[in-house]
Amino acid sequence: MRKNMTTSFAKCLTLWAIVLASSLSPFASGVARADIHVDITRGISEPIPVAITNFADSSGGQTGPQIAGVVTADLERSGLFRQLNPASFIQPADQILAQGPRMADWKTIGAQALVAGTVTPASGGMLRVEFRLWDVLAGNQMAGLAYTTTADNWRRIAHKIADVIYNRVTGETGYFDTRIVYVAESGPATHRVKRLAIMDQDGANHKFLTDGSDLVLTPRFNPAAQEITFMSFRNGRPRVYLYNLETGQQRIMGEFPGMTFAPRFAPDGRSVVFSLIRGGSNSDIFNMDLASRHVKQLTNFPAINTGGSYSPDGRQVAFESDRSAHQQIYVMDADGVNPHRISFGDGRYGTPVWSPRGDLIAFTKILGNQFYLGVMRPDGSGERLISQAWHIEGPTWAPNGRVLMYFKEGADGHTKMYSIDLTGMNERQAVTPLDASDPAWSPLLP
Amino acid sequence: MYQSWRKSWLTALAVLLTTGFLLTACDSTADKANDANANGTGANTGAATAPFSFDNGGTTTGQLAQDVPDRVFFALDSSEISADGRATLGKQAEWLKSRPNLNITVEGHCDERGTREYNLALGERRATAVKNYLVSLGVSEAKINTISYGKERPAVDGHDEAAWAQNRRGVTVVQ
Repeated sequence: MRKNMTTSFAKCLTLWAIVLASSLSPFASGVARADIHVDITRGISEPIPVAITNFADSSGGQTGPQIAGVVTADLERSGLFRQLNPASFIQPADQILAQGPRMADWKTIGAQALVAGTVTPASGGMLRVEFRLWDVLAGNQMAGLAYTTTADNWRRIAHKIADVIYNRVTGETGYFDTRIVYVAESGPATHRVKRLAIMDQDGANHKFLTDGSDLVLTPRFNPAAQEITFMSFRNGRPRVYLYNLETGQQRIMGEFPGMTFAPRFAPDGRSVVFSLIRGGSNSDIFNMDLASRHVKQLTNFPAINTGGSYSPDGRQVAFESDRSAHQQIYVMDADGVNPHRISFGDGRYGTPVWSPRGDLIAFTKILGNQFYLGVMRPDGSGERLISQAWHIEGPTWAPNGRVLMYFKEGADGHTKMYSIDLTGMNERQAVTPLDASDPAWSPLLP
Repeated sequence: MYQSWRKSWLTALAVLLTTGFLLTACDSTADKANDANANGTGANTGAATAPFSFDNGGTTTGQLAQDVPDRVFFALDSSEISADGRATLGKQAEWLKSRPNLNITVEGHCDERGTREYNLALGERRATAVKNYLVSLGVSEAKINTISYGKERPAVDGHDEAAWAQNRRGVTVVQ
């Protein structure tokens, strides 16, 4: 009874998208990627000016303006886009789709991209949401899509639209139609209450998944399903658990004689890499196939070996170990052979998390009295520190491998989550109702 | 956004208020060996009143009996039993050997200046060091469980070396 705050996640998937052929429109000239391509690998100091007009709503509701608001907020939060002041918009929004954009008007106010849309009623109480994106400088339509969906699903439609705009302008896959699972914290440090919680990446639709009676830590998303793995101290036995987000069901992952911890899904979602204490003073890394329950040992070294994280191709595992006296990051093949150290800078290194793009490993570094968040290549080269705090920990990647989230703790003991661009720019706090730690970014929703 | 957040928050609160009392009743029997502080006082938000179970956070001067301290302390990133620790565990061993029906759990704890998963492993290493030393003094291995809380249950809510020294500890708890 205590774990049944289920999500009704499947309800909203009566959704489909239609790419509008350019022939449907007298002014569209097909999808183009032209003058406003943004290279986000170099770091952006000047966000691209966009004009996102209110979606004209003929359904009798406020869904149109609400969608425009969420699209605007998503794009602005990325740090790559800047919404122009709507008071400067010359052409009325309802004329844009009907007559085509007057590009000269939009150039005049400095817009480089223009977004317009409509919300109209569809059969069965559904809504039809259409939007178009134009490259103002080139005069081209870059995207045109329509979605038919239930009215209560408008937020996801807005995130999908923002993902399309982000993709067409930057060339990267979007990450707005995603969720964050994390640990909500409250109470004094000596008796901290920790609950699993989940929310949309923009903080909406927040809900608690557990009630705080068990200490829970380190939730991680299955990259292939609506499932998380985490650690719980339920019944005084610290073990790895699985949580099905569609049914709300929790189950322990296997029966082991000692503590199991530090779980993380393999890229295909079919197995979990985790750490197991056996014989007391050492921990080794194992993999458990969730269907067959077959367990295989990946490390066998008398030291602390933990924090396993697969490369996105599933061929290698990054982990941390103190086998060389202090906590450092290592990489081994997925069958456990060829372990080799990759972190050689000053300080201690932990929490390796392989980017979904495969090109980088995020980590936590402890040096002196400070914690740092950084990235390095899988061969250990190119170390770059992108954030610093008295305590900073727990990196997780957005599914496009361009944005990281993590938590920071101030000297006041409060923990808050932040997102940051890979370049180290655009650090922003993720707003949560309570203190927050151990974020895990979901894959793009289906 | 605020409305939907508020709605789910209130729902969660209602569930907590309903289940909280039941869980409190269960835990009071399951955890009777824990000290009074281990039952917790609730969250600072005034909303969550979830009970606590199975931890020994928040206490700094526990004793198993008069002149038998319940804990030993560790150096930074170390699981070595100090001279003071050996003296404490010697007293614990004598006290335990005269009470053959008692079972104990040794909790391993860390300070906050490490990463979460590493500290879970380090805490287990500390608990095992305490266990092994007690066994070397003749306490039956079968009577000793270990558990690591990593950095999750500090004895002292502080952010300086004085607090961290008290939090890097192994605590013997009678089951």
